[in-house]
Amino acid sequence: MNVAPFINTGIHTRKLGKVNVQTVTLAHGGGGKAMKDLIDDVFVAAFDNRVLAPLEDQARFDLNELAAHGDRLAFTTDSFVVDPIFFPGGDIGKLAVCGTVNDLAVGGATPLYLSCAVIIEEGLSVDVLRQVARSMATTAREAGVHIVTGDTKVVQRGACDKLFITTTGIGVIRKDRVLGVDNAKHGDVVLVNGLLGDHGAAILCARGDMELDTLIETDCACLHGLIEAILAAAPGIRFMRDATRGGLATVLNEIADASQVAIEIDEVSTPIREEVKAFCEILGLDPLYLANEGKIVVIAPPEQAGAALAAMRTHPLGVGACMIGRVGQGEAGRVTMRTVFGGRRIVDMLVGEQLPRIC
Amino acid sequence: MKYLDEFRDGEKARFLIKEIETLVSGMTLPADRPIYLMEVCGGHTHSIFRYGLEGMLPKEIELIHGPGCPVCVLPMGRVDDCVSIAENPKVIFATFGDAMRVPGSKKSLLQAKAEGADVRMVYSPMDALALARKNPDREVVFFGLGFETTMPSTALTILQAEADGVANFSVFCNHITIVPTIKAILDSPGLQLDGFLGPGHVSMVIGTAPYEFIANFYKKPMVVAGFEPLDILQSIWMVLKQIKEGRSEIENQYARIVPDGGNAAALSAVSRVYELREFFEWRGLGSIDHSGVKLREGYARYDAEQKFAIPNLKIADPKSCQCGEVLKGVIKPWQCKVFGSACTPETPLGALMVSSEGACAAYYQYGGVKRYKEAV
Repeated sequence: MNVAPFINTGIHTRKLGKVNVQTVTLAHGGGGKAMKDLIDDVFVAAFDNRVLAPLEDQARFDLNELAAHGDRLAFTTDSFVVDPIFFPGGDIGKLAVCGTVNDLAVGGATPLYLSCAVIIEEGLSVDVLRQVARSMATTAREAGVHIVTGDTKVVQRGACDKLFITTTGIGVIRKDRVLGVDNAKHGDVVLVNGLLGDHGAAILCARGDMELDTLIETDCACLHGLIEAILAAAPGIRFMRDATRGGLATVLNEIADASQVAIEIDEVSTPIREEVKAFCEILGLDPLYLANEGKIVVIAPPEQAGAALAAMRTHPLGVGACMIGRVGQGEAGRVTMRTVFGGRRIVDMLVGEQLPRIC
Repeated sequence: MKYLDEFRDGEKARFLIKEIETLVSGMTLPADRPIYLMEVCGGHTHSIFRYGLEGMLPKEIELIHGPGCPVCVLPMGRVDDCVSIAENPKVIFATFGDAMRVPGSKKSLLQAKAEGADVRMVYSPMDALALARKNPDREVVFFGLGFETTMPSTALTILQAEADGVANFSVFCNHITIVPTIKAILDSPGLQLDGFLGPGHVSMVIGTAPYEFIANFYKKPMVVAGFEPLDILQSIWMVLKQIKEGRSEIENQYARIVPDGGNAAALSAVSRVYELREFFEWRGLGSIDHSGVKLREGYARYDAEQKFAIPNLKIADPKSCQCGEVLKGVIKPWQCKVFGSACTPETPLGALMVSSEGACAAYYQYGGVKRYKEAV
């Protein structure tokens, strides 16, 4: 992307500041010219929109414009501290946009505006920061959302790890949509939009601690287009959640607990890439708990499950969609899995972090 | 996945279950109890729960989950020793992941890390040696943990450190041996056991000959078993067949991995580097003679016990904990007074609740507390 030397603020056209050094220092967080230049050069240039450009202390929206999208605001926030900040298939910037867009969309909202607050460890290369900002800008543009306000802090070395990003998002929920984690009912069907565990495996590999070479890439993607397609085909959908940290197992447990229902999934139908399975075998991990950044769990009433599944499969982000289980009559709050072997096991919440077994 | 899916075939499982049922129906059963089979190894326990095998077996068979989870039998005092080494500011303490959550008398390694100790999770002792090379101004201590399965890799790492002249590397050796432990279980009073599933990975190193005494002296059958669910079912069938035919032999179901003579190269590295300790303290089982190893005098410069002042205090297991009885199969995990109440995977009192290979954690995670507590 070309860096715009000037930006139109709607009233004036102003010249953008420019950073002429290689690395970010504490001076760039000091509130003076260095900081303004960094914000201009890196963020304003990349995000390139009229709401942000005047650099007011707050973004301002027209209420009538918001109201045209629906009758309720959706508001969410998420911090991104992923290590490493670049990984196969994505980076912290793309993640920061997709994550918040998805958190809005799963509630049935149209995502509209994001904020972007960064905490930078001194010594980070300005080019790296530009690259991350451009990645955020590209992802946001593709998703049709605007990054309209932000904040920049620089901390001394060791006080954070390279770069932390917090994005907050605003969306508007259409009048007729009521999705809720406590909505699942007996007989409902559990759907997912494709292969599970890619993101978690890709990040663990990218950290390089276990010297395993794989071709696994993150599944990081903005899912609001897919979600719109599902809701258009199956407006009776009870609930959707993106299966991020804690993976599929955690989301299913949250649903089972909130709706006080039993959920049974089938190991044979649960889609996991061969490489991810092998990766988990080697490290003693359970793929059901691996993070995803582009996968949703959908609870559909039985009569609309077919339509929802068909809609998912015709969308590029849902080609691998399948039905993995059902909401059943068992012990309320309990998630179980019928194993490939024909046995039955409980899929509980993870206690802490998954620790690899030693033998 | 090739070489794995073949051993997880549901159809073959149903066939094996039928065969097991047929075998059991033709057996003379103990009058007042089911047939008790102990799987020695924590890896088996994990598979049994992971694939829901317990629920598939006929009710006449009960599995006792043995002591073969090295993390689970780690006494609190040793965890305290680890924490004390790790809290030395010069030290990078390298450990396998599961050991990090094991509670010490004051804290776990995970808590020590949060408080500032430099504790790193590694996947192999060689990773710890690499850390030592990368950090020449620090002392890297590897927490050597596990049965004969992991013993050779620690030994080889020490030999590598010696060959490369890496001086800032040492091992806090807590390796343990399986045979004296099985013997201690067989000698414990009141024990009711009809046969064993033998540890697959340990046997890959030591072979099958060291178990002969179990068959000859104690007259119990053992089948060295693989870790995939079909391996386990086939091994159960083989043990039952021995019981039915009145035989007690050491059989090898896991011959694709376990040579009867073991792994000569691994055994030679082990005997070069380690010698037996007079005794070693086990959580729940107490002190067992000749059940642990330490580094030989010639490798003293790689021995953390020589390099650091280690408190080496004996800390009694919490009174309420019944890990020992669970390990010996005297009670089932859910019959323990604190199972699922004071002792949960979030706040484990006993080590059996810590590792996913520990019987209590496995029951808790895959079996459901409520079901068992209600059944009591």
